[in-house]
Amino acid sequence: MNTSRNQFNIGRGTVIHGKWHSQAYLVERLLGRGATGTVYLVNGPDGAAALKFSNSLSITAEMNVLKAFAKVQGSSLGPSLLDADDWESGYGVQPFYVMEYIQGPTLSAFIRMRGSSWIGVLLLQLLENLQTLHEAGWIFGDIKPDNLIVSGPPFALRCIDVGGTTKMGRAIKEYTEFFDRGYWRAGSRKAEPSYDLFAAAMVAINLVYPERFSRNEEGIKQLEAKVRQKKELQAIAPVLIKALQGKYSSASAMRTELLVSLNSETKKKEPVNRRSAVRKNNGRAIYKQKRKERGLFTLAAVLFIAVVYVLYVLTELLI
Amino acid sequence: MKQGTIKQILLLTDGCSNHGEDPVAMAALAREQGITVNVIGMIDDQATDERGLQEIDQIALSGGGISQTVFAKQLSHTVQMVTRQAMTQTLQGVVNEQLKKILNKDTGMESLPPDTRGEVMEVVDELGETANLEVLILVDTSASMKSKLPTVKEALLDLSLSMNARMGSNLFSLSIFPGKRKDTEQLLDWTPKLDSLTSLFSKLSPGGLTPTGPAIREAISQFKKKRSRKGWLSGGDEYIEKSV
Repeated sequence: MNTSRNQFNIGRGTVIHGKWHSQAYLVERLLGRGATGTVYLVNGPDGAAALKFSNSLSITAEMNVLKAFAKVQGSSLGPSLLDADDWESGYGVQPFYVMEYIQGPTLSAFIRMRGSSWIGVLLLQLLENLQTLHEAGWIFGDIKPDNLIVSGPPFALRCIDVGGTTKMGRAIKEYTEFFDRGYWRAGSRKAEPSYDLFAAAMVAINLVYPERFSRNEEGIKQLEAKVRQKKELQAIAPVLIKALQGKYSSASAMRTELLVSLNSETKKKEPVNRRSAVRKNNGRAIYKQKRKERGLFTLAAVLFIAVVYVLYVLTELLI
Repeated sequence: MKQGTIKQILLLTDGCSNHGEDPVAMAALAREQGITVNVIGMIDDQATDERGLQEIDQIALSGGGISQTVFAKQLSHTVQMVTRQAMTQTLQGVVNEQLKKILNKDTGMESLPPDTRGEVMEVVDELGETANLEVLILVDTSASMKSKLPTVKEALLDLSLSMNARMGSNLFSLSIFPGKRKDTEQLLDWTPKLDSLTSLFSKLSPGGLTPTGPAIREAISQFKKKRSRKGWLSGGDEYIEKSV
């Protein structure tokens, strides 16, 4: 039951033959090695592709998720599944699957290169993708910048690791502490839309705190303070905080509010940014006050007319 | 459909036993009674005790479970992850064993074509999500564990959080060894949540021998005691009787 047994090395030029579908893949180079398996860049019948080895259980689980992704119309978040097979090698039978090779920098690298103004835009993309996924009854689970790749141009956010995707209502099995609301004591590990939205907000936080930080005893208050401390997050801070508090029931609700805050930021570039959040909060209060004033005015007018009418009646009667 | 129950002993220790029966034999005894034994070995950076590591692996092997070792330095980050992984893998392992019996004696999922494998995996997933789980946690509280106990506490709270997000019901019980007078002392009786653990841990005073073997034997009897009590209550335990 040890997962480390798959840590073998396959050199460049090795040909991997599938036992069931008899496809051949020429290994180009190692792309990555992680806790869940090893991924190689290969040349297959349809050109470059990514081939993943892992233990039989996790390979099969991931394949199921990729198949489910394929059924979700309009979601481009995950890579498409090309083939699944077994390789009878000198190391014994190795199950593997082949997926689309997604090229580009990781989200963190992209933000480092292009600047923080991309955070909000890419977050919008992420939320749009999450919405389609949620509508299909799936929760992404393990959202983190290391798993997200910006392909393009035109720039599109893609995810290279879908291993954490879970059916709605079940328990999240795979996650990374920093992005997990259970770790921050902000809620359960049940697969529901608000779990993904919390993680999405943490992705934004991680982009401005690349070295991350560990929790103290304050729980969610600590995260709120961290969000407010960064100038880069000022415009979207209220949206992020609401997501951290689990106040959004759907990705589209969060996306709508994020869009509003991003638009208002570009308009109010000149005045001091710090006030924009305060002003937004006070908007409703001012409106209420106005409504009260209008009420008083109507009351005064009605009283005045009544008094005039009474005077009129009295004068009519007297004359 | 009535759900099955997965019974596990989760042993957290930092070295070799030095008192009582052979823990490897006791783990085999547990396995004979349908209880899996998982071991998390918490070792120090320098003192990599070869014999201790071997014992950790062997207990898990004969207990039909898995073992993971973690260095003290990375403890705070990895214990929770390792605990979780151990749990998930065991759940999958148990279900896979069952499948092997259904499919064929020696061939498991590997002998199926990838597509069929996927369908079987969905069933495995479903079972893992809905099965009832009983975990008896055995924590080594000998002197050398003192500095590691706060992390153990965090890891266990985290475990409770993860497991309780499942659809199936959970029961946890916590024992420490050595106990005040006996080899083992029960800190927490069977409960669905481990939240009460925080106050219990602050009162612990680590020290004494490491009677791992007797602790496992005692743990097995805890599962038995629970059964007999269930007979008395007959249906009063709603979280055990829960069915989907």
